[in-house]
Amino acid sequence: MTDKERFVPDEGMAPASTAVPAAGQMEELHQPPRSQWLDVWDQFKSHRGALMGGALFLLIILAVYAGPLVWDLEATKIDIRARNQGPSWAHPFGTDQLGRDMLARMMAGGATSVSVGLTAMLLALFLGSFIGVMAGFFKKLDGPLMRLTDLFLALPLLPLLLVMMLLFREPLNAAFGPEQGIFILIVISIGVTSWMPTARIVRGDVLALKEREFVMAARSIGTTNQKLITRHILPNVLSPIMVSATLGIATAIITESSLSFLGLGFPPDFPTWGRLLFDATDYLQQYPERVFWPGMAISLTVLSVNYLGDGLRDALDPRIRGR
Amino acid sequence: MLTFTIRRLILAVPTLLFISLVIFLLLELAPGDPMAQVPLTVPAEVKEKMRLALGLGEPMHIRFWKWLVQFFWIEPQVLIDNIFGTSLAEGQLRVISWQTRSPVMDIVVQRIPQTLWVVGTAYVVAILIALPIGIYSAYRQYSWFDQMGTFVSMVGFSVPPFFSGVLVIVIFSVQLGWFPSIYDTTHVVDSWDAFVYQLKQMIMPVMVLALQITAQLSRFMRASMLDNLNQDYVRTARAKGLSEYVVVMVHVLRNSMIPVVTVIALGIPSIFGGAIITEQVFKVNGIGQLLIGAIQANDLPMVQTLTFIFAVLIVLFNLIADVLYGILDPRIRYD
Repeated sequence: MTDKERFVPDEGMAPASTAVPAAGQMEELHQPPRSQWLDVWDQFKSHRGALMGGALFLLIILAVYAGPLVWDLEATKIDIRARNQGPSWAHPFGTDQLGRDMLARMMAGGATSVSVGLTAMLLALFLGSFIGVMAGFFKKLDGPLMRLTDLFLALPLLPLLLVMMLLFREPLNAAFGPEQGIFILIVISIGVTSWMPTARIVRGDVLALKEREFVMAARSIGTTNQKLITRHILPNVLSPIMVSATLGIATAIITESSLSFLGLGFPPDFPTWGRLLFDATDYLQQYPERVFWPGMAISLTVLSVNYLGDGLRDALDPRIRGR
Repeated sequence: MLTFTIRRLILAVPTLLFISLVIFLLLELAPGDPMAQVPLTVPAEVKEKMRLALGLGEPMHIRFWKWLVQFFWIEPQVLIDNIFGTSLAEGQLRVISWQTRSPVMDIVVQRIPQTLWVVGTAYVVAILIALPIGIYSAYRQYSWFDQMGTFVSMVGFSVPPFFSGVLVIVIFSVQLGWFPSIYDTTHVVDSWDAFVYQLKQMIMPVMVLALQITAQLSRFMRASMLDNLNQDYVRTARAKGLSEYVVVMVHVLRNSMIPVVTVIALGIPSIFGGAIITEQVFKVNGIGQLLIGAIQANDLPMVQTLTFIFAVLIVLFNLIADVLYGILDPRIRYD
């Protein structure tokens, strides 16, 4: 898989001397052939911030998804006698005004926030790559699709998101139940309002790739458009898509928390980091630490993802790589 | 250049019409009923009459057309009336808010100064901080100053305003008690003490907003400076014996400012609309809060008008950014 991906894009640029390497010659070369992804990994390793960001992000994912297995207090269990407690061994993050364990709520909230971030990012990525590839590859579609992208870019997004939340909450709640309904609503509304940057970048890259010799070669042996896109174009636009993916997670998590913070996101008994922060602002004077934990969790997640994206961008850029 | 501007302006008209239609249709699907707040004792036929009085009885396309006429024809006339004291729009129906039963534009005009003061100041402060940071970071690339700048702007990107806002409230108004946590918009500046109080209440929201904007702008400035610092003309300038200050601050800076100026122009619509969350945190009753209130109260004409104003600003400043780019950079040819 990786070898094939490497071979195809380099075909056009390979110097004449290595155009037809015999098997025997290959073994005599000093360095063993390296796959593209090994180079990427080497460059990525040298970016300390990105490594730390990646590790932190993995740690956060592990904590929010596997954490509840270890810390098996229920996030929604009300224990009114133990309300408003400070940190203790029984409740490391304390309890809230209804005596619910804050650590359990943080993990449950994180699971929701991170899931929303990942799913919304995947949706935006799919839409963005699809529209970008279509616009770049088919000349007829280029004009209309790019006008559509411009149109979406001109929409005031946060107000529209708020309006969408207001409008479609009830019907979706009725159809899928309150939790599933709002999850679907938030993911879809974040997804359809954040695909534009990806589409633009992918379109630009596809336009350039389309003129390259390997695409012409593939076309000349009768490759169909569909195969051309999936086998030759898509693997080559993977790196901008991956960078957009990391940035997409960050924006999706922040957008979801903003919506919850404005009171238009998940329902009150369904914790997410934004919701926890919103609830805690009422008790700001007495218990400022309750604001601190969810806010810190959001900021750290986004910070780690941003650093990860920064490192990926450097690692995937062949002009920087190897210097 | 002129033909490009005119072409773009003409293209902007269908774009804006389409956007207004999208917003209108989206709001049309709203399940909320503007009569929901009316007491249950009011009989159904009276409610029906009230609904008709709000203009809800007519078919969708007529209401859309009416809104268009009110927004694009009657409201400008009102504006002219207010400026020149004429009476063009007398007796004509304006866009009326369902919440307050008063014209939407009047409320918007009341709210704009607060937003402009807080968010506009933040924008100016951010530009003043970001440009020097960006320039110096690029000039001393990979120095400790640059590393710090990178880290701070990463933090600025990553900390959402609803957290940084609450955090500064905890630190500066709850713990230290230096600044008020709520922005008092009725405050009138008429003496030195009142001015100091105004400054005090502005510091926190401005700080929170400026951190975000600085983060983005300083990154842009740095990247743009780095692009230019290795160019041939810089070497030529140094070889001519120009002083380092002139090379960096005149030759390189002027070229690097081109993309940065357009980015600054692109960010201006967010002055009006993007500070929704910050306004909410500090209880500034500006445009953002007006929108949230209108959304929660199902005040469709208000939401429609506000969202559309934001869209107009975005389209307008996109155009301005493109034109600026063409004026500042003679290599760009649009024709």
